[in-house]
Amino acid sequence: MKICVTSQGDNLDSQVDPRFGRCDYFIFVDPDTLEFEAVQNPNTGAMGGAGVQSGQFVASKGVKMVITGNLGPNAFQALRSAEIEALTGASGSVKQAIEDYKAGRLQAGQGPSVNSKFGMQGKR
Amino acid sequence: MIISIASGKGGTGKTTVATNLGISIDGGVQFLDCDVEEPDAHIFLKPRIKKTRVVSIPVPEIDESKCDFCGRCAEICAYNALAVLSDKVLIFPNLCHGCGGCSLLCPRKAIREVDKRIGLVEMDSGSKLQFVQGRLDIGEMMSPPLIRAVKESIDPTRTVIIDAPPGTSCPVIEAVKGSDFCLLVTEPTPFGLNDLVLAVEVLRKLTIPFGVVINRADIGDNKIESYCKENKIPILMKIPFDREIAFLYSQGIPIVQRKKEYAELFLTMFSLVKELSER
Repeated sequence: MKICVTSQGDNLDSQVDPRFGRCDYFIFVDPDTLEFEAVQNPNTGAMGGAGVQSGQFVASKGVKMVITGNLGPNAFQALRSAEIEALTGASGSVKQAIEDYKAGRLQAGQGPSVNSKFGMQGKR
Repeated sequence: MIISIASGKGGTGKTTVATNLGISIDGGVQFLDCDVEEPDAHIFLKPRIKKTRVVSIPVPEIDESKCDFCGRCAEICAYNALAVLSDKVLIFPNLCHGCGGCSLLCPRKAIREVDKRIGLVEMDSGSKLQFVQGRLDIGEMMSPPLIRAVKESIDPTRTVIIDAPPGTSCPVIEAVKGSDFCLLVTEPTPFGLNDLVLAVEVLRKLTIPFGVVINRADIGDNKIESYCKENKIPILMKIPFDREIAFLYSQGIPIVQRKKEYAELFLTMFSLVKELSER
């Protein structure tokens, strides 16, 4: 089963991007074999609604699980409607985040973890 | 003529200047409070609201029996207000600007537009000074359509005074667009100057003639004055940092009601504005 991790770079040693809608890369990865595909996020410069578009984008890739730092309200709603589980609070490398996920250290939020426009402030 | 009052920085005294100017001009004034996110000119002008109109924007509604989830609507939406999943379409009305593009371009004609209320336009029937204001509903973000609705009531036979919102983005542009002159209210602080420079850039783009009012003019530094001098921007009025003015403001009393000499000062500025707008 492939999952999606938001990333600041194009490989598994890159840092997790704390933003969902405006992350630099989506890494679609098989957590068991670590086989992956890195896709540049087309929505980093969106005026608004980046979370909506990114939600639609990862849904179109057929994943059922997203790992990221934070989720805004629109992204949260888009992912929930697409029946994609979203784990927030990930940090460190993408590899580390996958380990954390496998060890059950990441939580599915009951709601959005940040307000709208969080990702507009750039990387932290 | 239409005079708008804008500022860049918030809290510099737009409403103070707009309301006192409106009262000083003897009759034939129409006052438009276009700061629809937080209209406060009514505190000073005390209008009796006689007419209220609901303002809505069109947002899409999907007929899922006709939709084949082709994704065209989400693709063309510049504001990402739609997301198309494999078997459903999500609409985010708060992101929608009401342009109607999605319903126009839907190949299946599966989208119709429904009205979503964003706020109110309220007006009184004052003859000397007619008052109009927009009030954006709490939680709404789309102020430009409401500002447009307020400006629909412009009476070209009157001297129209527009109290604009702060900043330099879409709401401000919507409010000042079409003005014959714009007064930029600022204060002699680094923030005041920084945001004045931004506002000046906006007005130059819009080719609206403008001048500056310096509020609390005797505090801070003189960088505003040197900036205006260097850039040949007229300073039309200076209002001192005065305890009595602050007190009147806190009571919702216009300065010119208690300090009659200010009515003269505002009128002098008004004639300067008329002169400059005709150049």
